[in-house]
Amino acid sequence: MSTLNSSNIKTLEFDVLVIGGGGSGMRTSLELAKSGLKTAVVSKVFPTRSHTVSAQGGITCAIASADPQDDWRWHMYDTVKGSDYIGDQDAIEYMCSQGPKAVFELEHMGLPFSRTENGRIYQRPFGGQSKDFGKGGQAARTCAAADRTGHALLHTLYQNNVKEGSNFLNEWFAVDLVLNKFKEVTGVVAFSIESGEVAYLKAQATVLATGGAGRIYASTTNALINTGDGLGMSLRAGIPAQDMEMWQFHPTGIYGAGSLVTEGCRGEGGYLINKDGERFMERYAPNAKDLAGRDVVARSMVLEILEGRGCGEDKDHVFLKLDHLGADVLNAKLPGICELSRTFAAVDPVYEPIPVVPTCHYMMGGTPTNIHGQAFKLSSSDDDYIPGLFSVGEAACVSVHGANRLGGNSLLDLVVFGRAAGLHINEALKSGGGVADSDKDDIELALHNLNKLNESSAGYEVSAVKKELQEVMQNYFGVFRRGDYMDKGVSALEEIREKIENLHLKDKSAAFNTNRVEAIELQNLFEVAEATAISSLQRTESRGAHAREDYPDRDDENWLCHSLYDPTTKVLGKRHVNFEPSQVEAFPPKVRTY
Amino acid sequence: MISVNIYRYNPEKDSFPYMQTFKFEKPKRDIMVLELLNQLKEKDPTISYRRSCREGVCGSDGMNINGKNGLACITPLSTVIKKNKLDLRPLPGLPVVRDLVVDMTEFYAQYEKIKPFLQNDTPVDIGERLQSPEDRDKLDGLYECILCACCSTSCPSFWWNPDKFVGPAALLQAYRFIADSRDTKTAERLQDLSDPFSVYRCHGIMNCVSVCPKGLNPNEAIGEIKSMLLSGKNKQNIIASDAVS
Repeated sequence: MSTLNSSNIKTLEFDVLVIGGGGSGMRTSLELAKSGLKTAVVSKVFPTRSHTVSAQGGITCAIASADPQDDWRWHMYDTVKGSDYIGDQDAIEYMCSQGPKAVFELEHMGLPFSRTENGRIYQRPFGGQSKDFGKGGQAARTCAAADRTGHALLHTLYQNNVKEGSNFLNEWFAVDLVLNKFKEVTGVVAFSIESGEVAYLKAQATVLATGGAGRIYASTTNALINTGDGLGMSLRAGIPAQDMEMWQFHPTGIYGAGSLVTEGCRGEGGYLINKDGERFMERYAPNAKDLAGRDVVARSMVLEILEGRGCGEDKDHVFLKLDHLGADVLNAKLPGICELSRTFAAVDPVYEPIPVVPTCHYMMGGTPTNIHGQAFKLSSSDDDYIPGLFSVGEAACVSVHGANRLGGNSLLDLVVFGRAAGLHINEALKSGGGVADSDKDDIELALHNLNKLNESSAGYEVSAVKKELQEVMQNYFGVFRRGDYMDKGVSALEEIREKIENLHLKDKSAAFNTNRVEAIELQNLFEVAEATAISSLQRTESRGAHAREDYPDRDDENWLCHSLYDPTTKVLGKRHVNFEPSQVEAFPPKVRTY
Repeated sequence: MISVNIYRYNPEKDSFPYMQTFKFEKPKRDIMVLELLNQLKEKDPTISYRRSCREGVCGSDGMNINGKNGLACITPLSTVIKKNKLDLRPLPGLPVVRDLVVDMTEFYAQYEKIKPFLQNDTPVDIGERLQSPEDRDKLDGLYECILCACCSTSCPSFWWNPDKFVGPAALLQAYRFIADSRDTKTAERLQDLSDPFSVYRCHGIMNCVSVCPKGLNPNEAIGEIKSMLLSGKNKQNIIASDAVS
């Protein structure tokens, strides 16, 4: 293969590029499909293979079906508290208040929600939910399509994109961002996985909707495709990432397999037990018990295991007990979970408990954006954006999840902010917004890495380096963290960087070359891992999902802020948290107990 | 040791596809076929196949496993291996792009043809459209389809007429919208399927039912569509045109 340059690849021109065909990307493209702007969704997999499909329990939103008195402000309170007070309150307010409209819209599009006796959307209790600002007990606010809500949502969005005639570049892989001399984003270089053809996809607006990167860990609920491609691209281009130390470990991943078991199991009345059969969450969270925040439940499980009360031969997991719910409830409300645990744990939850262990699940951090999806520059000013660059969904840090996401809030995040970005881009481009052209050198800079891989004749093996990276992250940046261990982790990553820059692409062929895809995915994983490691080491407190043994307390004086990682200097800065919602009083930080 | 025979074809290098044999140490614990492929790919990174969720919900890794279509990620080795031999081939009937990767264009085109989206022109002012739990139950067994194509590519009628016979996967989705109490275009949907090929090429072979990794029953849905067509006003046309074909 000859060296790629700006004159031997073709240019495909669009108004808007949406990188990623999951829930957030397809909600953005759906909004844009109605706008008349020339849009392309660039997805490395056929859109319904995106990871949104694996979401189970539901989409949290105060639609007042289970409780006619329910109020989006209560949902907002829970979300702020869940975030351990570093979620931006303007964004949380926007998400919770716009939520009902977004959920009803999905229903109108055909999403097959489960129903109540009076025909309304079924809602189940989820962790961290309360009525009346924490004073009214457990709420049931998560709208569900059995335990297949993500599948139903993703297919519904794809179906409606088909209806509106959206333009998809399926099985195209975006490699690197193209920036012009003003550091505006002017599109990406990408290749067709099927044919190997490389092109410069030029656009006035580029939306990163590339999802999470759970594959930086050895054990994760995430799909194999969750490799943080958007963040990898933006970090390589010197664009900052926010709150990257905040990774959610879901309490219930299937032991050994990593597959997710929805929090909805505990919402429907299931609970965790240790080897003595004790419902141990009663000790850690006397009020909310098994429905405390995910960070709290995950830590409690790890403590049970560390103190010798784990289950199984190696006492290295706990059990999720569901059999008392009965076959009827399990088959009606949790059919997918029954299927998964029979397949991956060889356990039928109707009769036996499921072996579970906290498993990496969600990236709260990402590209910092405002509620319109506009990506922030590194400066501390709130109106300093990177022209041409947007981000939505898990790839973005808007930030509605802060230091710990509540269950059911990610699906809401996808549709609310996907729509918001689409609306904003439509308006901005139609009122003359846009970016200057990139020149030959800009495009060739973005081709550099791909050329280097294509021309590699020796070097490190992709699969071996990936394993090494995942082990480092698993061992040094897990549920509990310590400065001295993390120091070792950061040094180990420094050694791995040398390998990342010298990977050997063994397969040089053009057609469906998954070796090439996996090599670039690994480079993206590495960028995310390094950002995670450095941010984790430098945030010297415990907050939400970031739990440090050497700094066990929350430190509001120094750390009631976002962290902002600069990939060019590898230094962690700070950004202020928004405490200025427009319709309600801000919720001030309080001690967070469940 | 297990002999794993994998269908190999790289259009740049190979004039013809061939089967390549890999020797694989029989694992102590049972593993899924996908994990076996992943382990083989660590040694030979040129083996190509699709995969994403690795838990049977995204539908990427449909393939022909010892003669039967299934999802590699939820098929335990122990359930398919015969005489220590495992044959892995691409889904039958579609053009092969490379190795175990097929070109699914025709499959997706059939899906789009049935207008796979809710149609209802009545505006809703506030809130959601109501639907009784009984009406919602009618969608169970239909909406769960993951578009893996295991069914359609196991169907001889689809092999013969992939451009004209809608195939079990898309027909299941056609019925998913016909069965939805919120959809108001049942008559139009039936009309669109009333030619001799779209539905009537299904001859009840039932391969679709026996391979569906989600345990769905496209044959039953097709039966429902057929009986709705026959009881409807299009009945005469259909019988006449079927006789001609």
